[in-house]
Amino acid sequence: MAKQISCSRSRDLDKLLLRSGNLVGPTFDPGTDLRNDLQEYAKVLVVGAGGLGCELLKDLAFSGFKNLEVIDMDRIDVSNLNRQFLFRFHDVGKPKAEVAAERVMERVNGVNIVPHFCRIEDKELDFYNDFSIIALGLDSVEARSYINSVVCSFLEYDADDNPREETIKPMVDGGTEGFKGHARVIMPGITPCFECTIWLFPPQVKFPLCTLAETPRTAAHCIEYAHLIKWDEVHDGKTFDPDDPEHMQWIYSEAVKRAELFGIPGVTYTLTQGVVKNIIPAIASTNAIISAACALETLKIASGCSKTLSNYLTYNGVDGLHTKVTEFEKDKDCLVCGPGILIELDTTISLKKFIDQLEDHPKLLLSRVSVSYRGKNLYMQAPAVLEEMTRSNLDKPLHELMDKCPKDIVHVTGAAGKSGSKQSCLRKLRVVFKVNDGVIDMDVANGA
Amino acid sequence: MAEHKTKYDRQLRIWGEQGQAALEKASICLLNCGPTGSETLKNLVLGGIGSITIVDGSKVEEGDLGNNFMVDESCIGQSKAKCVCSFLQELNDAVKAKFIEENPEELIKTNPSFFSQFTLVVATQLVEESMVKLDIICREANVMLIFARSYGLTGFVRISVKEHTVIESKPDHFLDDLRLNNPWPELTRFTETIDINVPDPVVHKHTPYVIILIKMADEWAKSHGGCLPATRDEKREFKEMIKSRMIAIDEDNYKEAIDASFKVFAPRGISSSLLHVINDPSAEVTSNSSDFWIMVAALKEFINNEGGGEAPLEGSIPDMTSSTELYVNLQKIYQAKAESDMLIVEQRVRDILKKIGRDTNSISKTKIKSFCKNARKLAVCRYRLLEDEFNSPVQPELQKYLTDDDYSIAVGFYVLLRAVDRFVTNFNSFPGQFEGVMDEDISRLKATAVGLLNDLGCNSSTLTEDLINEMCRYGAAELHAVSAFVGGIASQEIIKLITRQFIPMSGTFIFNGIDHKSQLLML
Ligand SMILES: [Zn+2]
Repeated sequence: MAKQISCSRSRDLDKLLLRSGNLVGPTFDPGTDLRNDLQEYAKVLVVGAGGLGCELLKDLAFSGFKNLEVIDMDRIDVSNLNRQFLFRFHDVGKPKAEVAAERVMERVNGVNIVPHFCRIEDKELDFYNDFSIIALGLDSVEARSYINSVVCSFLEYDADDNPREETIKPMVDGGTEGFKGHARVIMPGITPCFECTIWLFPPQVKFPLCTLAETPRTAAHCIEYAHLIKWDEVHDGKTFDPDDPEHMQWIYSEAVKRAELFGIPGVTYTLTQGVVKNIIPAIASTNAIISAACALETLKIASGCSKTLSNYLTYNGVDGLHTKVTEFEKDKDCLVCGPGILIELDTTISLKKFIDQLEDHPKLLLSRVSVSYRGKNLYMQAPAVLEEMTRSNLDKPLHELMDKCPKDIVHVTGAAGKSGSKQSCLRKLRVVFKVNDGVIDMDVANGA
Repeated sequence: MAEHKTKYDRQLRIWGEQGQAALEKASICLLNCGPTGSETLKNLVLGGIGSITIVDGSKVEEGDLGNNFMVDESCIGQSKAKCVCSFLQELNDAVKAKFIEENPEELIKTNPSFFSQFTLVVATQLVEESMVKLDIICREANVMLIFARSYGLTGFVRISVKEHTVIESKPDHFLDDLRLNNPWPELTRFTETIDINVPDPVVHKHTPYVIILIKMADEWAKSHGGCLPATRDEKREFKEMIKSRMIAIDEDNYKEAIDASFKVFAPRGISSSLLHVINDPSAEVTSNSSDFWIMVAALKEFINNEGGGEAPLEGSIPDMTSSTELYVNLQKIYQAKAESDMLIVEQRVRDILKKIGRDTNSISKTKIKSFCKNARKLAVCRYRLLEDEFNSPVQPELQKYLTDDDYSIAVGFYVLLRAVDRFVTNFNSFPGQFEGVMDEDISRLKATAVGLLNDLGCNSSTLTEDLINEMCRYGAAELHAVSAFVGGIASQEIIKLITRQFIPMSGTFIFNGIDHKSQLLML
C-alpha cells in the first residue's frame, strides 16, 4: 500500500532532502539527519532587509533553515511598499530589519530570526564569521565590496597556496534594477569574489562641472547644477538633505529656473528626485525572481541536494525573457580573495611605522588604519576608548606584538582610495619578517 | 493621490502613469493558489493591480504551511482560496480581492463562460488536459492567458494570447534616430550655417558631433562619387579624417564623433523587423482591424511615400558635448521634423479610418504620436494554441533541442513535465508522489516519456535515466523557492502584457533549478 511521504510541513522539501538523486552535489547525504542539521546547525545571515532581503528571509525560512539573522540600517519608507511585502503603511519609520524579522517569524512557525538594526561596518568581524552562509540583498557596490572583503578575510591558504576548505565562507549575492537582475555564488578562494569581477559594476558617470556651469543641455544638467553648485552658493554651510522635502523642492524650483533660462525642456519633480538621489527603479517581480534564485542556491550549498550555480546568473526581462549563466574566472592576483599582499618587514619596525608604510603602499593607499592580529586588536582608530587602550602599542615593534612569529596574516582596516571617494575596506596582509643573519640592521644603527 | 505617487514611485519610473493605470484597470483570475499562484499574485497586488479573483477548491493542510507564506496555522482546514485572498488583501487595500472556493478543473469543464469577465487568467499547477481546454476557452473569449507550474526543481511559464502588439517596447539599447547618412533639407541647411573650421578653440570644441559627422559624411561623399564609407579601410580612413580636424587633444566632441561614426555607416531605411511588421497580412486593414494595425497601415504608406524608405523621425537626440545654444537648436530641428512626420501619418490614419468606415477620430492624436515616436520599435507577438504545440511541435526546433547539449536538460524537463501528466491520468498519482513505489514509478515514467516522444516522432534515446530519476525524486513537490522564481517570472510577464510595454517572452520558459541553465523552447 502506497503511503504519503509525510503530511508534515516539510512535505515538499522532504522530497529533495530525504531522497537520493544522481544530479546532486558531491557531499549530498540525504536523510532526516540532513534535514535536522539544516534546521539546527546552519546559520544564515541576510544582509539587507529591502526588496531582496524581505524575499530572501521568506524564501530561506521555507527552505529548511531555522536560524536566520538580518542586518539593515534603514527605516521603512512609503516608497518601499510597492515591493517590500513584509511592510505596511503603519510600519513607515520603523527599522526594516526588526519589522521584517518579526513578520516572517509570525507566519513561519519555528523559524528564529535575529534582527540587527545597524550599519554593516558596526559589527565586529567575528560576528560575520559565525554564519555558515551569507546572503546579500544589497543595492550598493560599496556595501557588497565591504562584506566581500570581510568574508574573504576569513579565508586562509595552506603552504601550497591552496585555500583551506574549512575557512571558505560561501556568499550568495543578488542585485536588481527594473526588469533586470543577477544572482551569483561566491566561494572565496575558488570562484571569483566580488572584487575579482568588480568591472561588472562600472562606476556611475558623473557630469563634468563645467558642463553644469557653462553648457547645460539636458534637464538632468539643470538639476545637478542646482544640487551641486547653486545650493552651496546660496546656503552658507548648510548641508543638503535629500530626504528633506523642502530641500528637494528648492532644488526643483532652481532647476526649473535654469532650464527656462536656457530653453531646456523636461525638468519635473520626479526627475529631480531621481537624479539627486540616484533612484534605481525597482519592482516586486524582479526582486522575487532574483531572491528565489539566491535562496535556492543557499539551500543547495548547505545541503548538496543539487548542483550549484556556477557561478553568475543574469536575468533580463526587458525584451522577451533572457537568462544566462556565465562561469567567471577568479583573478589570481586579487587583493581581496588571494593569499594576501606580501609585506616584508624588519623585526625592529614599530607598529606606527608599519601603519605609515600602508598609507604609501601602492596597492593599498590606506588611511586611518586599524590593525588586528589573530583576533586581537593591535591598534584601533575608533572608538575612542579602544584607541586609548591600544595607543601604547604604536611604539612597540610589530614583531613582538605578533609574538615573534616569523610570518603570519595580519588584518588591517581603513579607508582606501583617493580623497573624495574613500571607502572603508578590510585587507589581508601576509607579513614576513626578514631574518638578519648577523648583518647590521641599518635602521637601528642609524636611528639610535 | 500624493501617497499613491510616492508608494508606486519606483515602478512609475519604469512604466509611467499610463502603465500604472492599465494595471489598476486589470482584473486577474488565478487558478490554484499554492505557492506558485500565491507568489504570482503577491507581486501584482503589491504593484496595485485592479482586482484579483482566486479560484481554488482545496482546504489548507499542514503541508501547505511549509511552502506558502499566505497561509498560517490558523488556516488549517479552511478554504485555501479564502485564506490566501485575505492575506493578499492585507498587502494592498486598493486592490479588490475575491475568492471562489471551487476546483478549477471542474470550473473549466462546467462553466467556460466564467473566464470571459477577466483581463487575464493565470493558471497554475494545472495538468495538460485542463490547460488545453482552458486555452481554447480563453482564446475564444479573447482573454489573455498565462500558465505557470512549479515541479520539484523544474517548472515552466507559457503565455497564450492570439496576438499581442506593443508600441512602447522600451528596448535597452537602440540606435538613435539621427539620420546622419540621410539628413533632411532643414537639417542640411542648419548644418551649412555652421563652420566647423572656426578658429576660436572654445567654439570649435563645442560643435556637436551630429554636425561634425554630417559635414564629414558630406565631404566624404563628394570625393567618393556620392558613396559613404563601406569597407573596413574606408571606415578607418573616415575616422582618421575626423581626427585630423581636431585642434586640441581635449576635444570631447571630436572623440564622440569618432565613437559615433558607425552611425554614418549604418544602413539607411527600416530594419528587417519593422519590414516584417508592415508586411504582415494584418496591415491590410478592414473595419475590424485594431488601432495598432490601422496605424501600421498608415505607417506603411508613409514609409513608401513621404518617408522615402524611412520611418517617421523619433525626434529626440542623445546628450552630447555642445554649446547650449547649438544643442537646443539642434533639438528643435529634430523635434520639428518628428512633428511634421507625425502629422502626415495622422492624416493617413484618418483617411484609412474613413475608408474602412470608422469614426475618423477614433484614434487619438496622443496615441498616434506615441506610435510614430516608437515606430522603429514596434513588436508583434503571437502564440500558438497549446493544443497545436502539444500535437505538432515545430519539428526542426524540437530536433535541434534534442541534439543540442545546451538544451538537453531543458528539453528533457519539457518532455517529462508532459509525461507526468500522462502518468497521473494512467496511475492516479504523480511519479514519486508516494513512498515505497519509487522503482516502479521510475520505469513507468520512462515508458510514458518514451511513448510521448514516439508520438511526437522523436528518438527517445536523448532522455537520460538521471533526469527521469530526478523527476520521480521531485514527486510533484512544490518547493517555495522554485515557486517564487516561477511565480516571479509569471508576474513579470503579466505586467508586460497588461501595460503593453516591453516585450513579453515567446515560447515556453523551462526552469532548470539544477544549474540555472533555463531555456526558452519555441515549439
Ligand atoms: Zn577576488
